[in-house]
Amino acid sequence: MNERGRVGMICLIVAETSLFAVFVVAYLFYIGKSLNGPYPKDVLELPIFNTVCLLSSSITVAVALGALRRGALRRSGLWLLVTIVLGAVFLAGTAREWYRLIVGHGLTIGTNLFGTTFYSLVGLHASHVIVGLVILSLLCVFSFSGALRREDIERAEIASWYWHFIDGVWIVVFSVVYLVGR
Amino acid sequence: MSVRADTMTSRRGAEAHRPLLAVLHEWVVTVDHKRLGVMYVVSGLVFLVVAGLEASAMRLQLAWSGLHVVPPGTFNQLFTMHGTTMVFLVGIPIVFGFGNYLVPLMIGARDLAFPRLNAFGFWIFLFGGLLLHFSFLGGEGLYGGGAAPAIGWFAYAPLTERAFTPGNATDYWNLALLVAGVGTVATAVNMVTTIFTMRGPGMTLGRMPVFVWEIATISWLTLIILPPLTAAQIMLLLDRFLGAHFFDTQAGASAVMWQHFFWFFGHPEVYILMLPGFGFASEIIPVFSRKVLFGYATLVAASAGIGLVGMSTWAHHMFVVGMGSTLNAAFAASTMLVAVPTGVKIFNWLGTMYGGKIRFGTPMLFCCAFLFQFLCAGLTGIMLSVAPFNWQLSDSYFVVAHFHFVLIGALLFTIFAAIYYWFPKVTGRMLSERLGRWHFWLFVIGFNTTFLTMHVPGMLGMPRRIYSYPADRGWEIWNLVVTLGLPLQIIGILIFVINIVISLRRGTPAGDDPWDAWTLEWATTSPPPVYNFEVVPVVSSRRPLWDLKHPDDPDGPHE
Repeated sequence: MNERGRVGMICLIVAETSLFAVFVVAYLFYIGKSLNGPYPKDVLELPIFNTVCLLSSSITVAVALGALRRGALRRSGLWLLVTIVLGAVFLAGTAREWYRLIVGHGLTIGTNLFGTTFYSLVGLHASHVIVGLVILSLLCVFSFSGALRREDIERAEIASWYWHFIDGVWIVVFSVVYLVGR
Repeated sequence: MSVRADTMTSRRGAEAHRPLLAVLHEWVVTVDHKRLGVMYVVSGLVFLVVAGLEASAMRLQLAWSGLHVVPPGTFNQLFTMHGTTMVFLVGIPIVFGFGNYLVPLMIGARDLAFPRLNAFGFWIFLFGGLLLHFSFLGGEGLYGGGAAPAIGWFAYAPLTERAFTPGNATDYWNLALLVAGVGTVATAVNMVTTIFTMRGPGMTLGRMPVFVWEIATISWLTLIILPPLTAAQIMLLLDRFLGAHFFDTQAGASAVMWQHFFWFFGHPEVYILMLPGFGFASEIIPVFSRKVLFGYATLVAASAGIGLVGMSTWAHHMFVVGMGSTLNAAFAASTMLVAVPTGVKIFNWLGTMYGGKIRFGTPMLFCCAFLFQFLCAGLTGIMLSVAPFNWQLSDSYFVVAHFHFVLIGALLFTIFAAIYYWFPKVTGRMLSERLGRWHFWLFVIGFNTTFLTMHVPGMLGMPRRIYSYPADRGWEIWNLVVTLGLPLQIIGILIFVINIVISLRRGTPAGDDPWDAWTLEWATTSPPPVYNFEVVPVVSSRRPLWDLKHPDDPDGPHE
């Protein structure tokens, strides 16, 4: 079962990588091609705090799995909870950023090519964060209810791969949108 | 053996007496890879008939200059639906359907790795297909009559933007293929996982049947190249519903980007369809030549090579876009490179037949025709990879003839071969050889009358996707011949359907291994029990059944 789960998850991650790659290519290709403002350099701010939250959530989920491996179920649940909170803070940060861009600067998906590619790429990533949070929440609930046991460590690990993947994608999105594209 | 046959008959007898609703319910809720495989292939064949009828209407319209068989708008819908259906709802489900049915049996597994995911993949594909065809009724929304999408199967931007195709027809195309694509990716995940984690005892990668290798290759390909289409379709959705500008040239965007994204999917897609066809041929030709497959390792390596190189050839569909000579040269070169591993395969099959004791059963007949026609398709493919030649003939009927030689002359012929070959395993009964021969000869003559001839009006400059043409171009007689091949193919298909219906009821009982074959699926009963194998045989060579039948001369030492 676990072998199957591993290969299956790797396949899913390959397919998702391919999906993201196309949005990244579109973003890179359309940098500087907007016919009207607002332009990235005028409105984008580096989401440092957000990035720190999301990246450190990869560490906390690993700590949670370490606890699960040792059989410390409560501790594992708590670290999962911390992971979820970090993910939720990231989402809230994205929401704040979008609010500022939409209301403050009037940048929507239909404003220009920057808006089109920015909201789709960051939005695609955010939607994956939401899916990841659902998975983590299930794990968290299960660990407190006692349904997640030490024997399930390999399954939980496979689920955590998805979360690590989402973090990895963010490094690419961050570099492309906030470093290259600004 | 007789005990097995008895239980088989009694099981079939029991099935016949159960109420229809119970049987139907069983098929709907099933997660068995064999039933899902059968449903994939059957729905693919139904869509084949639908899309074939659409093609027939087009051919009648083009039979002579100035005809008005269908209205011009309908003609555009017909070629869009024909192409889309054939690629997404006929080709993909049939090859993955065979993969579904055969892969676990060939590698000695109980089922696929994720049976419920498999059922999900099938149903979402089927409803995607139905959604596409619902557009005939609902394409214009509530405001008008029905209309199918009329954007061509590759749906070039900016034609697909809201400004140029109002109404919902384009959205049906977009959404239907998006959900069907999700199903295909799910199936690909399943196939890769099954092949790499669930092989039976002794079934090393180097002993897998070539068909399983082909399915592994196309599943990897699917994982890499199908999501880009999904991504492009999400972009199109955002453009059409949220006012984004991905392909909106008015906002500074590039419509050519859609072409790149689409063909990055669209070209490897041809290999996804064609490689399993090679797999069918590689299973059938050795059995009917009574020889071991010639050059197993090179054949497998050639498939992997086609998969890898095939991902870097997409822009040869775009030579006339004006990419510049550097890109043109690069894509021309990579396209010609694909011909090398493909050529290797032709020699694998010829080498297998050479010196063999060939039995010309119906599956073998289709494979022989496949060899000739596929060679022809490959040669016109190399012609078209030469960019200047391509400038002359791009978007002409020469191109149409070329890819129909690939998809019918090669793929459909191997699919027919596969159906004649594995029908006994699936149903327990043989298809009639006499009707099979009629089917073969009518279809091979009809196909070549239509598509060999079709190269000529293309050379004479007849563009594709035109509704009608003036009388002074000298195209009429060629088009008439092209259309005259049609009835032969239709009668051929009709005989095929009749053959299936009759053989299901009255065909000769097949027994476990009617062809004296060598792969594992023939080791179990026909049809196989739900659990596939009572005891999974231990495999020690590429021909496990040969080893079982000839314990004195096993294959292993010779490999």
